[in-house]
Amino acid sequence: MLGRLSLSAIPLDVPILVGTFIGVLIVGVAVLGLITYYGKWGYLWKEWFTTVDHKRLAVMYIVLALVALARGFADAIMMRTQLALAYAGNPGYLPPHHYDQIFSAHGTIMIFFLAMAFMTGLFNFIVPLQIGARDVAYPFLNNLSFWMTAVAFMLVNVSLFIGEFSQCGWLAYPPLSEMQFSPGVGVDYYIWAIQISGVGTLLTGVNFFVTIVKMRAPGMTWLKMPVFTWTAFCSSILIMATFPVLTVAVALLGLDRYFGMHFFTNDGGGNQMLYLNLIWAWGHPEVYILVLPAFGVFSEVVPAFSGKPLFGYKTMVYATCSIMVLSFLVWVHHFFTMGAGPDVNAFFGIATMIISIPTGVKLFNWLFTMYKGRIQYHACMYWAVGFMVVFTIGGMTGVMMAIPGSDFVLHNSLFLIAHFHNVIIGGVYFGYVCGMNFWAPKVLGFKMNEAWGIRAFWFWLVGFFFAFMPLYVLGFEGMTRRMNHYDNPAWHPWMLIAEVGAVLILFGVVCQLMQIFVSIRDCNKPENRDFTGDPWNGRTLEWSTSSPPPVYNYAIVPHVSSLDAYMHDKENGIDTRQAGAQYEAIHMPKNTAAGISAGAFALIFGFAAVWYIWWLAAIGLVGVIATIIARSANKDIDYYIPAEEVARIENEHTRKLMAQAAE
Amino acid sequence: MKNKLLARMARLGGLSSALLLAGCELDVLDPKGPVGEGVKSLITTSVIAMLIVVVPTIILTLWFAWQYRQSNTSAEYLPKWSHSNKIEVVIWGVPSLIILFLAVITYQTCHSLDPYKPLEAEANTKPLHVQVVAQDWKWLFIYPEQGIAVVNQMAMPVNTPVDFDITSDSVMNSFFIPRLGSMIYAMAGMQTQLHLLASEPGDYMGESANYSGRGFSDMRFHALAMSNDEFNAWVEKVRGSSEQLDSQTYPKLAAPSEANPVEYFAHVEPGMFNTIVAKYNNGMVMDKSTGKMIQVQQSAMSDMNMKE
Repeated sequence: MLGRLSLSAIPLDVPILVGTFIGVLIVGVAVLGLITYYGKWGYLWKEWFTTVDHKRLAVMYIVLALVALARGFADAIMMRTQLALAYAGNPGYLPPHHYDQIFSAHGTIMIFFLAMAFMTGLFNFIVPLQIGARDVAYPFLNNLSFWMTAVAFMLVNVSLFIGEFSQCGWLAYPPLSEMQFSPGVGVDYYIWAIQISGVGTLLTGVNFFVTIVKMRAPGMTWLKMPVFTWTAFCSSILIMATFPVLTVAVALLGLDRYFGMHFFTNDGGGNQMLYLNLIWAWGHPEVYILVLPAFGVFSEVVPAFSGKPLFGYKTMVYATCSIMVLSFLVWVHHFFTMGAGPDVNAFFGIATMIISIPTGVKLFNWLFTMYKGRIQYHACMYWAVGFMVVFTIGGMTGVMMAIPGSDFVLHNSLFLIAHFHNVIIGGVYFGYVCGMNFWAPKVLGFKMNEAWGIRAFWFWLVGFFFAFMPLYVLGFEGMTRRMNHYDNPAWHPWMLIAEVGAVLILFGVVCQLMQIFVSIRDCNKPENRDFTGDPWNGRTLEWSTSSPPPVYNYAIVPHVSSLDAYMHDKENGIDTRQAGAQYEAIHMPKNTAAGISAGAFALIFGFAAVWYIWWLAAIGLVGVIATIIARSANKDIDYYIPAEEVARIENEHTRKLMAQAAE
Repeated sequence: MKNKLLARMARLGGLSSALLLAGCELDVLDPKGPVGEGVKSLITTSVIAMLIVVVPTIILTLWFAWQYRQSNTSAEYLPKWSHSNKIEVVIWGVPSLIILFLAVITYQTCHSLDPYKPLEAEANTKPLHVQVVAQDWKWLFIYPEQGIAVVNQMAMPVNTPVDFDITSDSVMNSFFIPRLGSMIYAMAGMQTQLHLLASEPGDYMGESANYSGRGFSDMRFHALAMSNDEFNAWVEKVRGSSEQLDSQTYPKLAAPSEANPVEYFAHVEPGMFNTIVAKYNNGMVMDKSTGKMIQVQQSAMSDMNMKE
């Protein structure tokens, strides 16, 4: 009846997990109680859970990303604490069974649920606004994508309290992840979390690709498109090209585990290196899926706060596109040490280092955007300058590892860990946080608190150096990743410094939470409110509408005649909004419960498949399919906002703008 | 505020490089053999080449960030300037030249440091042949010419090339002695090769550099480099053990164990390594000298198929 599930699956013998469970329970009950007390369930359901408005989905994605950050960071600081303690015979406080789950969960959560969710949040925040569209191409799919990502994250967290998570690292290399070596449910939790969130991500890629191709405002030719939109476009292409590869790789692993097949097993004709090739054919482009939009953020932020156009716009576009293409040609650099021939290794090594040329060019473009500018040090600009310094170091260590000869001693060492945190924290995370600070007033209508934002930056920056520079040294000292304990006394001092770094980053995370809290608390103060819709003297279209934008974004679809369309209009005295024009009724999509319903059934399916509860898995699967069929048959999916209502909203904003101008 | 930004960043930059330089025992950068020496000089050359771009970029970033701050009204402000062919040529050209240089040394070192390439020995020094099997969670070293086997310890004479054949009888691991240089994966049913040489006597840490499950952290071995005489004495010591490794005793050894102590086997059944590889390949194994697949004796196979 319950498959493999029994009471023994609940880890009552692990005090850390029991404590966490009680904590989650208390907070969860408190949150649910407060929502009920204030009668907000209807509001949440109508305005958020069922919404198809890209701006609302953006906020939900970013909330999801921040929750994932909390979980992923808790894992990180637990690992660092373990390694600060567990040396010279001391086993530390995390036995391998628990520790191995933590590092597997840390990587999985940080990539799939922090970085991907944050990135999708930023796409939703800005891409439709930036291209002058009223929504994305497929608003329902957008909602479905969100719920698929969210339930996959829930599935990962369920594994904390029911059963266990994978102990095979964030990519679950076989044969370790095969039934023979990992008979527990951990890898199955991993498989279904990846598969369910993969559906969401693939749909996001399709959605934004079509949105950008088909829904740009009239006049916005390819080379008048803002750089952030360009990066979102390249990122979406990479998602469409590579996420199916991930899905197939993990599905084949699933076939091995569930049906005893032999794709990646040691025996029966299986070959583990097939999996490594497939997973990295996704895994390497994934790095660029994440970092290109961060580059896009900096390409918007640096010009805005330097008071100048972006230096070398076309170069930036070409560099972005060439990185997109090259990212497919380098996957073997993740396993030079498998023993391929020198020519194969040389090809992939050189292809990898060629990527550093367009990437370096981008850095110089931001540099020369600041050159002869007037730089305002808003919190965004701190993250941007910090990024430029940190990322340059990460780029250099990346090229070091791209040389196969060097990689033969650095592979899988803590040097590698330092390198990819250097580019993912310094590049991806700094970029996304920068973007959140930059676009928050647009989406929310109020600015985020400066002081706490800058404090968060300093803690993150200094903490980063303390946490990861020692790891470079440890890599040179021959320490490999994923160790649970060690006996080399020379490693211990560096591990202590890294622990200090992790604590500093903890302060950074706390400052960020404070920033969000203070910003929401003070959101009605006049100095924080954005009445004009253009708080930073922005250059691109999103700043031409009100903050927060009306549900339809633009009453009159703007007409684009040059790059930096809004700046061009401001300089030439053109009213981008065309206030007072003859408004027409606007066609909009209706909210729908289909996304959350499909998501809930997918969660049931995933959980049941992990535990072999086949009747329940069937209910989940049928539920997902039935929801999608019902949704497809539903003709009542849209409505019109009457012209009078549009005129009322627009005239009110015009009045506010005039009042502001009169002051 | 900007003052602080610059000062703090400068301090951090200094601190991090000091941290890097102050490292006491950098195994990988203090190698005890020619492979490690080659890798070290490759790392040094490539880092210096890259610093040509990296250092100016970081300095320019901090300088521009400071120089063009809003409050510095004496700095020139060109609100429309966004293109310069000269700068474009430099920012594409200089990195391209450096990458061209790195590409050339990459190609050269891929060949010169190829782990499959036998090392040149001094006259009348015969390479030592060692077969390595990664097991859960320990390393088995078979010396086919000496007819002995050892767990979690290996010895080699100094200045003698060592030819390793490496496989796994479990999950993937990576065979790595940081002081001597390159690593290579150990994979079941497959054989990889590695050629190393120790030029100084010593007790070097060996480890697995690819996570392999619960007992991974203790999957360590000692790589002992010693004089010829000491090596011969070590072989004799192993031969003095009462243990034998054959198809009967092998399954007991291969069963998972953590933090396994050093074990000596006075005698090892000939062809043991091939049998371990072949049991994942329907009894076939690749003959290294000819590159052809050959059949391994079935009787040995059937005894060792304990894992399936």
